[in-house]
Amino acid sequence: MTAAAPPALETRARPRPRPPRHGSLRSWVARGGLTKIAFAIPLVVVFGYFSWWPIIDGVAMSVQRTNLVDAPEFVGWSNFAYVLSDPLLPKAIGNTLLFAVLSLLIGFPVPLLLATFMAELRGARRLYSVLAYLPVIIPPVVAVLLWKFFYSPEPTGLFNTVLGWFGAGPFAWLNSTGTVLPAIVVEATWAYFGSTTIIYLAALTSVRRELYEAAEIDGAGIVRRTWHITLPQIRGVVLVMLLLQIINTMQVFTEPFVFTGGGPNNASTTILLMIYNYAFIEGDYGAATALSVLLALFLGVVSAVYFAATRRLN
Amino acid sequence: MPSRTYERGAISHADRKNPRVRFWLGLTQALILAGLLVICLGPLLWLFKAAVSSTQEIIADPFGMLFNGEFQLGNLTRAWTDVRVGDYLLNTAWVVLGSWAATLITCVTGAYVLSVLRPRWGGLLSAAVLATLFIPNIVSLVPLYLTVLELPGPGWRLLDTYWAVWLPHAASAFLVLIVKRFFDQIPPELYEAARIDGAGPVRVLVSIVLPMSRPILGVVSLLTIVASWKDYLWPLLVLPDPGKQPISVALPKVADSFPLNVQMAALFIAVVIPVGLFLVFQKQFLDSAGNAGALKG
Repeated sequence: MTAAAPPALETRARPRPRPPRHGSLRSWVARGGLTKIAFAIPLVVVFGYFSWWPIIDGVAMSVQRTNLVDAPEFVGWSNFAYVLSDPLLPKAIGNTLLFAVLSLLIGFPVPLLLATFMAELRGARRLYSVLAYLPVIIPPVVAVLLWKFFYSPEPTGLFNTVLGWFGAGPFAWLNSTGTVLPAIVVEATWAYFGSTTIIYLAALTSVRRELYEAAEIDGAGIVRRTWHITLPQIRGVVLVMLLLQIINTMQVFTEPFVFTGGGPNNASTTILLMIYNYAFIEGDYGAATALSVLLALFLGVVSAVYFAATRRLN
Repeated sequence: MPSRTYERGAISHADRKNPRVRFWLGLTQALILAGLLVICLGPLLWLFKAAVSSTQEIIADPFGMLFNGEFQLGNLTRAWTDVRVGDYLLNTAWVVLGSWAATLITCVTGAYVLSVLRPRWGGLLSAAVLATLFIPNIVSLVPLYLTVLELPGPGWRLLDTYWAVWLPHAASAFLVLIVKRFFDQIPPELYEAARIDGAGPVRVLVSIVLPMSRPILGVVSLLTIVASWKDYLWPLLVLPDPGKQPISVALPKVADSFPLNVQMAALFIAVVIPVGLFLVFQKQFLDSAGNAGALKG
């Protein structure tokens, strides 16, 4: 770990003499009460307006009808009923889950294997890190616009040309309901795997080394040493990253929105695209917040179950 | 590598002398390097060549284009003047700079209150910041937009002003808490001594806490800068005026009305600045990216 992340995570207990309390306003000011409030103002204002209030308002709006003209009106569960009966919802849920599962299938093992290997590199580790991190630096929209051309359905499209060398294709990629989601997943994995790799690599540098020698004496080869010693020591980070990846992929927006806008035939419409359409195309803020609250509750339940399950594992 | 000793990993020093291990290690190393070059650097090199080729060439033979000698610098100037990539980049810079300043001010003053000044209501404030970490952002997307349309209380309309991007970016519980955790590690004796010598809270912050916090401020800066230049959905919602939009928001809208090679030139210009900054500050970027994970874990 570098200087930026202090090794001891718990706050040090520090005895600190407090001036005796007199309770009067003047002594409160003398103790720096006003200064403390002044320093807290940016945090309180920014969080109040742009974090706490929107969260509370989001829950409130899900049971209200809001149209920016009249005062919000309480409508009970009708927003939820409306969203749950939307014929597009099952499709969007299916797409979102498929996106999350496909992303995990490629996006989970690749960074882990790559980082485990890179940790064994010596002089060239920086070169590998820089290369792996390059796509992460590119703004997602720019990456999508570039890949949109790579996925051109023409036989001369970039991927179709490559597949043509092996006699396969041409595929319609983004224009076909069957290939559109996997195509988006491949691009998204390309764009994000570097960041996970670097995080695993940082965790791998703090692995304890003494155990390797003990394992060697027991005759464990390189693969078994990696499996039984290296990986168990970074299990904590891996488990957290896995959960974050699930939470992030369930809220995917930019890639399907810029690639296809949800098409063809809603084959890439995700839950976030539905929320966007409810709120900013149809102006139905109640339905949008109701679906947001449902998604957040679902993610909360997933996290809770995940933590309960992995705690037993540890 | 002479004169540098490496800590061993799963592969021991003795293993590295074994010819069979050396062969497989070398082979994997070469294959992975080739893979990374093709997958990560390849698209950027392709983009560069496309940015200086003719449209017919890109469409007719996207790989053949790489090997002909064509070099149309005019695409780049057209992207700059006709697509107005320069203006959008300036907007992006403005978005990034403001988000960075707003985030640093919020994090530093907030963490200073929570960690050093420690008022009696500090615990409550700390808990309120921490709580937002567990609530998915999506809950607040729509109400946040309405807040920007009309700020509750003063009723200001922040739509189409950069404040609408800067301030919500600053409300990052994760960043406030990592700065607070760093401040917690500073030995209290240091600023107690300064206080006894008569230094006020501002003085303690500026001359003791901040100089010691450079590493964490660097991490927070890089994380904020990267996050705000990559941001798309939020600036798309709150900056409908094309004259104010950052490049990520503007490009998908304007690109289609230009020939393919000019589009590619615009994408290339949009990529070259972040990639250049990354190559120059690679160590800082990679360290802060790695640390972000260590802190999450």
